[in-house]
Amino acid sequence: MKKISKFTVDYLGYVVKGSPKFYGWVAFLSMFILVWVYGNYMQLTEGMIITGLTDQVSWGIYLANFVFLVGVAAGAVTVVFPAYVYKHKAMHEVTVLGEMLAIAAVVMCLLFVIMHMGRPDRLWHILPVIGIFNWPHAILTWDVLVLNGYLVLNLIGGFYYLYKKYCHEELNKKFYLPVIYIAIVWALSIHTVTAFLLNTMPARPMWHTGMMPIRFITTAFAAGPSLIIIVFLIVRNNTRMMIKDEAINLLSQIVVWCLGIALFLTLSEVVTELYHPTEHSMGLQYLMFGYHGLNNLVPWFWGSLVAMVSGFILLLIPSIRKNYKLLPWICAMIFLGIWVEKGMGLLIPGSIPTPIGEITQYSPTFLEIANSLGNWAIGFLVLTILLKGAIGILLGDISYAKTEGGK
Amino acid sequence: MTNKKIPVTQPADQSSCSCSDAQANPACEMPDDNVSESRRGFMKDVGGLSVASLMGTAALLTNSDEAQANTEWAEWFQGNYRLMTDEEKARAVARLERRYSSEYGKKVTVDTTPAQDGVLFGYALNIQKCIGCRRCVKACVQENNQSRGEREIEWIRVLKMEKGDFSVGKMKDGYPGDFGIQVGGNAYSASGVVLEGEHYYEPEKVPDADAFYMPIACMQCEKPPCVKVCPVRTTYREPDGPVVVDYNWCIGCRMCIGACPYWARRFNWGKPNLPKEEMNPNTHYLGNRPRMKGVVEKCTFCIQRTRKGRYPACVEVCPVGARKFGNLLDPNSEVRQILAKKRVFRLKAEMNTYPKFFYFID
Repeated sequence: MKKISKFTVDYLGYVVKGSPKFYGWVAFLSMFILVWVYGNYMQLTEGMIITGLTDQVSWGIYLANFVFLVGVAAGAVTVVFPAYVYKHKAMHEVTVLGEMLAIAAVVMCLLFVIMHMGRPDRLWHILPVIGIFNWPHAILTWDVLVLNGYLVLNLIGGFYYLYKKYCHEELNKKFYLPVIYIAIVWALSIHTVTAFLLNTMPARPMWHTGMMPIRFITTAFAAGPSLIIIVFLIVRNNTRMMIKDEAINLLSQIVVWCLGIALFLTLSEVVTELYHPTEHSMGLQYLMFGYHGLNNLVPWFWGSLVAMVSGFILLLIPSIRKNYKLLPWICAMIFLGIWVEKGMGLLIPGSIPTPIGEITQYSPTFLEIANSLGNWAIGFLVLTILLKGAIGILLGDISYAKTEGGK
Repeated sequence: MTNKKIPVTQPADQSSCSCSDAQANPACEMPDDNVSESRRGFMKDVGGLSVASLMGTAALLTNSDEAQANTEWAEWFQGNYRLMTDEEKARAVARLERRYSSEYGKKVTVDTTPAQDGVLFGYALNIQKCIGCRRCVKACVQENNQSRGEREIEWIRVLKMEKGDFSVGKMKDGYPGDFGIQVGGNAYSASGVVLEGEHYYEPEKVPDADAFYMPIACMQCEKPPCVKVCPVRTTYREPDGPVVVDYNWCIGCRMCIGACPYWARRFNWGKPNLPKEEMNPNTHYLGNRPRMKGVVEKCTFCIQRTRKGRYPACVEVCPVGARKFGNLLDPNSEVRQILAKKRVFRLKAEMNTYPKFFYFID
C-alpha cells in the first residue's frame, strides 16, 4: 500500500514538472481548452443549435472525430502485437508508450461521443442497472462496452507494467500476459463494432456495405502507427529515451501495407458503386463529383485521396521510409488524409442525400470546430502527461529505490 | 417553413372541441373529464414519496421560477415511462401538468391512456386524391405542439412528384437525366436538391397539373429500425402500433434518425419555440406534450386523439378525404376494407420494415 501511494505521489510530482518547452506546450493546449469551455457552455445552454447540424445531416464532425479516434486507439495494437506475438525486441521496450496512446485516444473518443449527445445530462440512462442498457440489440451499447473495456485493459496493462518497473519488481506473467493478449484482440473489436454502428443501417446505403469493418481496420492500422511514429521521433529527439530504429522501421512498414490495402478497398468500392450507379451510390457521387454545384465535400475527397496515394508511394521507397527527417511529415500527411477520409469522406456524405433524396450541405460552425479542437487539445494534454510519466519510469528517473534511498 | 403561400384553413381550436367535432365524435369531450381524474389520482398518491418526487412536490406547492426549476430537477430523476408503476406515472404526470400549466399560462393535461386490447392502428393514404395542399402538415403542427417559426418542425412532408420519369424533351440531355430541382435549404431555410420528390414547392395554387403528390410521415413500422438501434430503449412500439418516444428518457444520440429509412424523425436542436396562445393543452405523455431541447420527436398517429376514439388531426383536416385511419384488427374498419379492395403498396417495402402506413389508388 505504501508503495502504491509513493508511486502515485512520485508519478504526479514528476509529470507536472518540466522544461520551459513542456510548459509552453501545455500553455498552447490550454488556449484551445479555454475556448472549449466557452463552446461547451454555449452548447449546454443553447442546445445543439449552435452546431451546423440539421435534421437532414444530423451526424457531424463530433461523430466523425469519434470514428477516426477509435481507429487511432485500435492502432496502438501495432506496437503491442509485434512485441508480444512476434517477440520484436525493439518494440517490446516501448510497448507501454503504445498503451498510453491508446488511453489518450479513448479519452478523446468518449469526449466526442458525449459532445454528440443532445442530452449529456441524461448519460446515466445508458448505465446498466440504474438505467436501461439496450444490449444486445443496439450496436451503440456494444460500442460502449468495447470502448470502456479497451480503456480499462490499457489502463491495467500500462500502469501495472509501469508500477512494476517503478518498484524494480518482476512482472507476474500469469496476470500480465493474458491482459496483453486480450487487449490485442479487443483492439480489433473496437473499430469493428464502430464500423457496425454505421453499416448496420440499410437506410444509409453509402454505409451499408460489408467492406466497412475491414476498411476501418486497415485505415486504423495506417493512421494509428503514423501518429505513433511521429510521437516516437519527438520522444527520441527531446528525451534520453532511445527508441530503436527497428521499431520505427517496422511501424512504417505496417503503415505502408495497411494503407495500400485501404486504397485497394476504396478502389473496389468505387468501381462497384459507380460502374452502374444506382440511387444508392448517390452519396458517393455527391462526395466525389458534387451535384448541381453543391460540392462542399469534393475537394476534401480528392485531397485526402492524393495524400493517401502519395503517402503510400513515398513510403514504398526504402530510402525515404528510413529518412527520419522526411518520415514524420509523410506520416502527418497520411494521418490527416485518413482523418479527412473518415470524416468528410464517409461520415458526413453518409447522410447525403437523405433517405428521401434531399441534398443538404453541412458545414460545422465556429463553436463546433472550437469544441472539436478542444477535445483534441485535451487528448494531447493527456497523452503528453501519460508519455512523460511512462518515460520517466522507463528511464529510471522515478523509482521506488530512488525516493526511498534519498531519504 | 416554405409553404407560406398555401391557403390553410385553421383546424378547429384544439383547446375546446368544436360543435361539429363533438357531434361527429362524442369522445372528444373526454379530455376534460380525464383532467380531474388524473388530478384526483395525483392527490391520492402524495402519500408514498421518493426523494425525487419530494422535490417535485415541493416545487408544485409554489409557483415561482424556482419551483419550475425544482420540477425540472425532479424530472431528471424520473425513470423510463414503460417501467414506471402507476403511482410513479401519476406523480410524473402531475409534475409535468404543473410545469406546463405555469409555462403556457393555461390548464394543460397530460394523458396516460394506455393501448386497448384488440386495437392495432393503421393508416391508408390515397395518392390519387391528394392535391398537395399541405393542410395536413399545418394541422399536425398545431395539434402536436411542434416548434414554430424559425425552428419549425414538421412531421409530415408532402413530396411533389413530376408526372412520369420519361420525357421526350429531355432525351437530348441524355436519358434518364436528373429529376432534381434545385431549391434552397436546410432544416430551417431551404437550399438542397431533391432527387425524387420536391417538398419545398411553393405554387400559387394546388394541385399542379403536371404533378402528383405523395405525403410521407412516420410509417409506424411493425419492425422499426429506429427502435432496434436506440441504446436506452426510449423509443419503442406501443401495443396498439405507434412507435413513440419517452421525451424525458431520450439521450439525444440520434441513432434513430440515422436508422430511419423514411426521414420521419426530427430533433429539437434548440429550445422548441411554442407560443403560449398556440399551445394545444390536451396532451398525451407519449404524444404531443411539449418537448425539451435535445430530444427526438416524431408522428405518433396523434396518440392523444386516437386512443380516445378520435381521428388524427391530418385525417380530420384533409379536404379531399385522401387520408384514412382505423383499426387493422377490425375486419370492418375502413383501412381493412381498403387493404382488401384497393391497389395498395407500402413505401420502400424492400426495407422489410412492414409499415402500418399504406398507400393506395382507387
